[in-house]
Formats: sequence, structure tokens, C-alpha cells
Amino acid sequence: MDAHRRLKNWSSRRAARSTRRSRARSVRSVRLLVSTTALLSGCVHEGVLDPHGPISAAERLILLNATGIMLVVVVPVILMTLAFAWWYRASNSRAQYDPGWDYSGHIELVTWSIPAMVVILLAAVGWTGSHELDPKQKIQSSAKPIRVQGVSLDWKWLFIYPDQGVASVNQLVIPAGAPIEFSLSSATVMNAFFIPQLGSMIYTMPGMTTQLNLLAQSAGEYRGFGAHFSGDGFSDMRFPVNAVSGAEFPAWVERARSGGETLDAGAYDRLAAPGTVAAQTYGRVTPRLFEWIVERTVGAPVREP
Amino acid sequence: MFGKLTWNAIPFDQPIPMAASLFMTVLIFGILGLVTWKGWWPYLWREWLTSVDHKRIGVMYVVLALVLLLRGFIDALMMRSQQAIAAGGAQGYLPPEHYDQIFSAHGTIMIFFMAMPFVVGLMNFVVPLQIGARDVAFPVLNAISLWLTATGALLVNVSLVVGNFARTGWLGFPPLSELQFSPDVGVDYYLWSLQISGIGTLLAGINMVTTILKLRAPGMSYMRMPVFCWTALGSNMLIVSAFPVLTATLGMLLLDRYAGMHFFTNTGGGNAMLYFNLIWVWGHPEVYILILPAFGVFSEIISTFSGKPLFGYRSMVGATLAIVVLSYTVWLHHFFTMGAGADVNAFFGIMSMIIAVPTGVKVFNWLFTLYRGRIRYEPPLLWAIGFMITFVIGGLTGVLLAVPPADFALHNSLFLVAHFHNVIIGGVLFGGMAGLNFWFPKAFGFTLDRRLGFVSFWCWLIGFYVAFMPLYILGLMGMTRRLQHYDNLAWQPYLIVAGIGAVIILCGIAATLLQLVVSIRTRQSRLDRSGDPWDGRTLEWSTASPPPMYNFAVLPRVESLDAFWTKPSRYRAAAPTDSSRRSSRSSPASP
Repeated sequence: MDAHRRLKNWSSRRAARSTRRSRARSVRSVRLLVSTTALLSGCVHEGVLDPHGPISAAERLILLNATGIMLVVVVPVILMTLAFAWWYRASNSRAQYDPGWDYSGHIELVTWSIPAMVVILLAAVGWTGSHELDPKQKIQSSAKPIRVQGVSLDWKWLFIYPDQGVASVNQLVIPAGAPIEFSLSSATVMNAFFIPQLGSMIYTMPGMTTQLNLLAQSAGEYRGFGAHFSGDGFSDMRFPVNAVSGAEFPAWVERARSGGETLDAGAYDRLAAPGTVAAQTYGRVTPRLFEWIVERTVGAPVREP
Repeated sequence: MFGKLTWNAIPFDQPIPMAASLFMTVLIFGILGLVTWKGWWPYLWREWLTSVDHKRIGVMYVVLALVLLLRGFIDALMMRSQQAIAAGGAQGYLPPEHYDQIFSAHGTIMIFFMAMPFVVGLMNFVVPLQIGARDVAFPVLNAISLWLTATGALLVNVSLVVGNFARTGWLGFPPLSELQFSPDVGVDYYLWSLQISGIGTLLAGINMVTTILKLRAPGMSYMRMPVFCWTALGSNMLIVSAFPVLTATLGMLLLDRYAGMHFFTNTGGGNAMLYFNLIWVWGHPEVYILILPAFGVFSEIISTFSGKPLFGYRSMVGATLAIVVLSYTVWLHHFFTMGAGADVNAFFGIMSMIIAVPTGVKVFNWLFTLYRGRIRYEPPLLWAIGFMITFVIGGLTGVLLAVPPADFALHNSLFLVAHFHNVIIGGVLFGGMAGLNFWFPKAFGFTLDRRLGFVSFWCWLIGFYVAFMPLYILGLMGMTRRLQHYDNLAWQPYLIVAGIGAVIILCGIAATLLQLVVSIRTRQSRLDRSGDPWDGRTLEWSTASPPPMYNFAVLPRVESLDAFWTKPSRYRAAAPTDSSRRSSRSSPASP
């Protein structure tokens, strides 16, 4: 365990170093990309190119870096294709025709090594990126993390705040600037939990719990939705994500506590019936409801909470 | 007698499927009536339906693919029009229970009953001719394969009229496809049609591997095989090893549904993620099963129309075999978002990127085949050039999706949809169309109309970009796939543009059909008596067009790569100086 932690410390230090280095490098490649992205971001004020958290920002950077690295090869290949196809047209008498030329060791060396070098670069990006942005990895922050347990149902999202003892359906309220630790599962078929502007999609699977850590840097409303087809009501499985200021969040919890009904086994069963519902909150939640839902979905003999 | 089947299975209350099935019924009876009226039955029955000739079977595979292309494309038009209008509060004209069937059928049909028959048909027709064989190794089995595939395709189309089709997406992911969540017959149609056609494909694969390994003409060593035969061999080795996985996986789902077992159910210890792994262990090799023969088609065409041997033949063969092996090491990149952990994701991400190396080598080799060529602009070559440009863009977005953190942001989005259409349309379908234009004169003895071939190409190319570039942008904007309606009005303009792109592609399909009709009607004036209209390089061009049933009166003796081009009797003024060079490279005996 200790060794594991040491390794983790080491790799996170190394990751921080390499992030700094890759930041410097990426500034250049990002500039290279300006023409492409300006075209895109001119019309994209939402989604993964408009990040509002550290995870989505890092993913956007990887997206742009990887695209930049590949464009260095892809653009010349496209231009060469057009140029060769045009110049060596049969009607061009000035073009050289070499009907026996079918091998050149030097060119072969280059054609194998160019893609190989690109892939080595990208593999480094992929390896470090996978580790730095592992959804399980907790986000370091001075703010107190908030735990949220999310469940995909037919066809709605249930969010339980175990520490606050409240729950919401089809809306997610989180404090901006605080790490959010999601535990996610499904009470029916598979789905995927995704807030593009905050980052990292992850599956929700019956009987299994996935971990996801996100952080909203600034207050605002973001789009969240189910991203894995789950049946007829799938299109309505979207929820607004309200990132509110640090002081507003306790106020929302208080409002939820004073307002809504209790989410117990009976209320859950009514909620879980297939169909769509409007956004709502629950003032009290039976303890360990999430764990009960996960076990019950796979038919484990569990007592009501 | 009919079990659960009652009149209720026919959707009398739904106008769209009823109109579609009415149209289909009228069309089928119209064709049957015409055939009866003209007295074509004996000919059709004797010469085609019961034929075991690999060329006729190949042609019938391609006809099946073109018919199912129409069906699958109508689904695509419906999806594009639904998404173009169902914005804000609007629900469009297709309710979810219908829309979900349409995208499931579109994917199933386009992969299993359009792309697969297209490439299998081309391989069936071309490979025995290219290796100088008189037929495939097991001709009767070949016919059985075709008719099993056709049966599967028929079953999918019957579901339009009787009952319904799956509403689970084209891979039928459980637990959604389990009895608990899909109790009606849709998933059963899906499973049976794929099981039946899957067996057909497996048998076709065994047949083709045996043919290539055992029936090559005397003198045709492995390194003298045309590249199309190499890619066909790679593709069919993948079929033989991957399709049993598909059959077993779908078999387990069948057992879940019919025998109450619990392989992938939520309860009873089942686990749907097992299905995800298994289906993609088949599914990723499947995309190479489709694309490898297309690579082969382009290799033949680029070399033929440049008037040059393929650049880097040995590299090409090596790259093909590398792809065959590597294709089994990447399946997890289809579900990075499962939460498998950083090491697992990074491993499969890097393996997926590595496939880009042999693929990139292929692109460079085509490039250097064009270099110092004498390029003739015929329709097949245009498809090849269009492919090279389109495919590298698809490759770029594909490698992007292989970077796990990038995939976390783009998985299941329209970016992904745009990516795989980019490689399947730009790769497999362009390959099929190129092959159709290239080998049609060989199959029928007359050439296809050139001008309509160009029209078809440009409509497809422009239509593809107009239809799918907006989808890339929508994916970046955060639009996920399979939405029957959406609330974000900012997406609508892009979806309308994508719909216009689909209409342009429709023009391309119409041009292809028109090209076939016009060419058949004017065939007397476009006869090709030489058997070699393109100045071809490989053995299929050495025999008559159409080839006799036995292909070659005398089995050819092969002395080099590009066996037909380098035959001594075909002395060419253009290339007198390098005949020595060619023979020194291709005959292993010389130093």
C-alpha cells in the first residue's frame, strides 16, 4: 500500500512536470491550430471546446494537441495527393513517367518512420493523459469535496447527496469551486453520465458503481445528459447542472430539506417506474439508499433500508 | 401453427411502415410479375439462382448489397429529416418507438447486409480470377453462403411488415436487449437474421481462405499474389477467426431470451459488460474485414490507372498482415468510458494508435504509386483519390478517439458517428463503388457510362462532406447520438445542413442506378471485346469478358507479380527499358 502511494506521488509529480512542459510545447501547437479552432469555436460556445472545469480544460488541451500533432502529417499528405494526382495526369507531357519504379528503400524507411514517430508522440500523450485524467482520481482542492450518488433510471436521473441527506431528480446542483465526487450506477439498463463542459463521460451500469471526479470552476448552468442509448425515453434524459456559489449551495440544501417529500423505498419505487418526470427535490433520504438500489438491481436479497 | 403471431403483429395503425411495406410489396410483386410475363424464370433459375459459379455468386452478392443500400439509405434519410425538424419542443414525425427501430435497422443493414455483401461479392468475383483458378474451393458452399446472407437480409425486411425490428442500436447491447426491457419480437428478428447471415459469412470466409491457400495457378507464389488477394486473405482470415465470436455472443443472448439463462441479464449473476467485450472482440476485427478488401481494390486501381506497379508491394503485404494481427488487440477502445482504469485504457489506446502505422504506410505507398505515373482519370481512379483524402481525415479523428482522455469527451457523440461514417463511407463504400466501376466490364463484357460515373462520384463526395462535417461540429458541441428530439436550437442549423448532404448523396445513388440502366440499354455500343478495357495488370484481364464459366481455357503459368502486365507477349512501347528490372525483382531465382 505504501509503495503504491509512493508510486502515485512520484507519478503525480512527474505528471505535473510533464504537464508544465507540455503546456509550453502545446502553446505553439495551439497557435498552429488557431485557424482551425477559430473556425470551430466561432460557432461553438458550448460543449467540449468551451470548458468550465479543470478536467474538461485538460481534455480539450489533449484534443487540440493530438489533432495538431496529426495535422502535421495529414495536411501534407492531402496536399501531396492532390498535387501528384494533378501533375502526373496523363495529358501532362511535362510530367515524368517511370513505369517500372516501384521500390525505394529510402522512401520506405520514411513512410514507416513518419507514422511511427507520430504514434510515439501520441502514445506519450495518451499514456500520461490516461493517468492524469483517470476518472477515479480525486481532484486536489482546498474546498471540501461534495459527494453525489447518481442513478440512471428509465428515463430520468436521480442524484442523492448522502452527506446533506437530500436528493434531486433531473437536476444537479453543485457548489462551484468544490470537487464533486460522483458515485454512479444504473437501476435499469446501461447509460452514461456526461456534462461536456465539466468533462469525462462515464458509464452507469446496473449492479456496478463507477467513480467520477469533476469540478466546476465558475458558477453557471451547464448541460448534462445520458449519453448511452437506453430506450424510448432516452432523448429526455437530460438535466441542467447548476453550479452555484459556495454560499448559495447550503441555501439550496436548506430549501430542499424544507420542501420536498421523503425519498424512501416506496417513493423510490414510484420514481423508478418507466416514464419521464419533471425536475424535483426530496427533503429527506433514507440512509444507504444508493447501496440498496445497486444491490437490488442485480436481484441480491436485500432488506429495505 | 403460428405461435405468438397474430394479425396484431402487422402495424395497420402506423402509416409510415404500412406505406413502406405496401411500396415494397408492390415492387416485389411487380418484379415477380415482370419476370413471369417475360418468361425469364427458367433462365433466372438455371443461370443465376441455382448457380454455383463464383462470378455469378459474386454479382448476386453485389446486387444484394445495392438493394440493401437503398433500404438502409431510406432509413438514413428518415433519421436526418427527423433530427432536422425535432428541435426545441417539436417531436418530429417519428415517435421514439419508430425512430429507435430506424437507427437500429440502418446500422444493422448497412454493416451486415450492405458493406459485407459488397466486399464479399467483390472478393468472390475477383479472387479466383486473379489467382488463376477455375472457381472457389467449395462452389456449392459458396452458393449456400450467399443464400444464408440473403435470408438474413430478407428477415430484417420482413420485420418492417410483420412485427417490428430491434430498438436497441445495431449491436443490440444488453441489458436493453434482454427480455426484461425488450419483450417484443424486434430483438429476435435482429438475433436470428444476424445468426443466419453470420453463418453464411463464416462459410464464405472458410471458402475464400481455402481458395487462396490451395488453388493458386502454377507459379503464383505468395509474393506474386496481387495485393487484392492479400487483403482478401487477411480479411477472410479475420472472418474465420472473428465470426465464431459473434455467433457465440449472440447465441448467449438468444439463450438468455429463450431459455431463461443469465449471461448478460441484470439479475442472476449476469453481466452486460461481458457482452460489450465479446461483441467488440468481433466488432473491431469486423471493421478491418470490411476495409482490407477496399484497400486491395484501391491498390489495384491506383496501380492500373497510374500505369505503374504498386509502390512497395512487400510493405503493403506486411502492413496488411500487421493490421490483421493488431486488430485483435484494440477492442476495448470502444468503451474507455467503462471506468476500467488508467493502465488498461492507456494500453488499448496505444495499441489502437499503432494500427495507424501500417495504415499510414499504405496511404504513403498509394501516394508513391501515383508519383511518376501516367494517371488516367476514369471513375474508378476518382473514387480512389476521393478515398485517399477522405480516409486520412477519418483516420485522424479515429486516432483522436483512441486517446482515452479525448474519448472521455467525445465518446457516443455525433463526432464518433461522423468518424465511423467517414471511414466506412470514405473507405468501404468508396471501395465498393470503385470496384463496381472497375470490374463491371469484366463481369458483363461492356463498360459503364463514364459521365454518370463521374456524376455519382462527385455527388457522393460532396454529399459526404456536407452531411458529416456538421456532425463532427455537433459532437464537439456536445450532441450525443440516437436522439429522437433535442431542446438545443443551436444544433438545428447543422442538422439541416447534414440533411441537405444526405439529399446530395441521394443524387449520387440515383446517378449510380441511372448509370447501370443507361449502360445496360446502350450495351451494344459499349462492348469490350478485348477483355482488358483498362490496360490491367493482373490475370483477370487476361481472359474474355465476361469470362467463360471455367474462367481460363488453359490455366495460366505465373512468372511474376502483375502477371498479365509483365507477360512477354504483352510488349509495351511505353516500358521497354525496365522489363529486365521487373523480372529481376519478381523472380526469386535470379540473384
